Amino acid sequence: MLELEHLSKIYADGTRALSDINLFVRQGEIVSLIGGSGCGKTTLLRLIAGLDRASAGAIKLDGEALSGPHPSVGIVFQEPRLLPWLSVFDNIAFGLDHINATERKARVEHALEKIGLSEHAGRWPRDLSGGQQQRVAIARAFVTHPKVLLLDEPFSALDAFTRASLHEHLLGLWEETRPTVVLVTHDVQEAVTLADRAVVMQPKPGRIFDELPLTLSRPRDKTGLPFETSVRRILTALDHSLNTPQQQPQRERDRQAAALWW
Amino acid sequence: MSGEIATTASAWSSQQGAAALAAPSLAEKRRAFDWRILLGFLLPIAVALLWEAAVRFGLAQGRLVPPPSRIFATLLALAETGELWTHTWMTLWRVVVGFVIGAVAGIVLGALSGSSETLRRLLDPTLQALRAIPSIAWVPLFILWLGIFEASKVALIAVGVFFPVYLGIAGAILSVDRKLVEVGHVFRLSRFKLARRILLPAVLPEAVIALRSGLGLGFMFVVAAEFMGASEGLGYLLVDGQQMGKPDQILAAIIAFALLGKLADSLLVLSTRPLVRWQDTVRERL
Repeated sequence: MLELEHLSKIYADGTRALSDINLFVRQGEIVSLIGGSGCGKTTLLRLIAGLDRASAGAIKLDGEALSGPHPSVGIVFQEPRLLPWLSVFDNIAFGLDHINATERKARVEHALEKIGLSEHAGRWPRDLSGGQQQRVAIARAFVTHPKVLLLDEPFSALDAFTRASLHEHLLGLWEETRPTVVLVTHDVQEAVTLADRAVVMQPKPGRIFDELPLTLSRPRDKTGLPFETSVRRILTALDHSLNTPQQQPQRERDRQAAALWW
Repeated sequence: MSGEIATTASAWSSQQGAAALAAPSLAEKRRAFDWRILLGFLLPIAVALLWEAAVRFGLAQGRLVPPPSRIFATLLALAETGELWTHTWMTLWRVVVGFVIGAVAGIVLGALSGSSETLRRLLDPTLQALRAIPSIAWVPLFILWLGIFEASKVALIAVGVFFPVYLGIAGAILSVDRKLVEVGHVFRLSRFKLARRILLPAVLPEAVIALRSGLGLGFMFVVAAEFMGASEGLGYLLVDGQQMGKPDQILAAIIAFALLGKLADSLLVLSTRPLVRWQDTVRERL
């Protein structure tokens, strides 16, 4: 179980990127963080990955406080970030240094098969398309068998077809080890396709606005009514999250009422 | 999906034509490239032939600018007496020793100042100040310190090689993509492993370029070093040619320098090519 308690992040220049984030993610759950730009989604992910330090609050994995990168936490970035001097095979094996050669080979070959790139094992990343590169990046994160996998808008730079096929590859890999997944996205369809729960965030400072459970059975039918309903619910929540200074009109009305009273 | 694209493309033949233009087959590309290489030889060969003809037909004397045939005859004669090889060998030895010393020092100090902020603040200002001194200005001091023989020559070459290598290596390390370094952090690489598995390979292409420019400067400074008093070396052939009034010998030595420099550079490129084969750039054929 991944727990975020009262997490906040204030950058050196005083920007409040995140304020009092509380989130509990069950083992094996796929949670999607969704929200407009600048609401701290990526910052939150970088904190969990240990690439940045939180200003306050704690991140715990199965009760153990995380400080810095942890072997049980993997991340896939927005860009593939493959190492251009390593073959596809070696890129996937990058995090398996501590494992013996036969086991490493077996794991990488299995992952290559899963993402459908077995015949490309010996090629350079530059020879792959953007979608293939991102598949390699996902495989690189999965082969270490992390307990928590963080995905930072990994499909945002890809076209709709490629994205759909990558969703399948991702779920295929996820089925095997069932890690906890935290997926950052700004694509509502994507959130409903993949996640068990959508967490809608709100900007300035970044905080959690609402949580919506997505209980649709898998595999999910993207044309069905339940899917549409879920998408609409998230869109509504997003809409509200962006125009929430709702207390403002309320207070204004109070003041007017007070004026009348006098 | 690719099938779909193919059918759409064939629907518009003009698009197909455009695709063919944009991506010629590898064999085609190679043939076209060979042609242009030959084009590059045209100008020097034409000039050489014209000059040769001008001298043959008595239009020019060719005393101060000897015709190509006489230069090659001189070169051949030097080769036959074995003189050419002694001089070439001497020059090459000086360049190699100076290059190795300068390059190693440049790599070590460049790596130190590139990878540690503190060390950079400590080292870089001094080295930059020294870099501002024209390397030839060291010659009198080197001769006083190291004597007039090999040590002072090698020292001058090493100084010449050091600065481009130092700058190149330090700059390359500083410009390594933060995003790739983060990948190393995610997999919790130690400082040493991060350097070996991410920084070193990322720096290699620029390091090769730094070494190449260092080698080029090495050849520049070997001439300067041999000017200041040597009894052997291609630079000595130059000086001797000037003092004896033998322009053909000067030109022969210049040609030998050109060949030697190109050969050394090609060797460096070839020996480092396997290390930078992964690069995704247009520079592949340089």
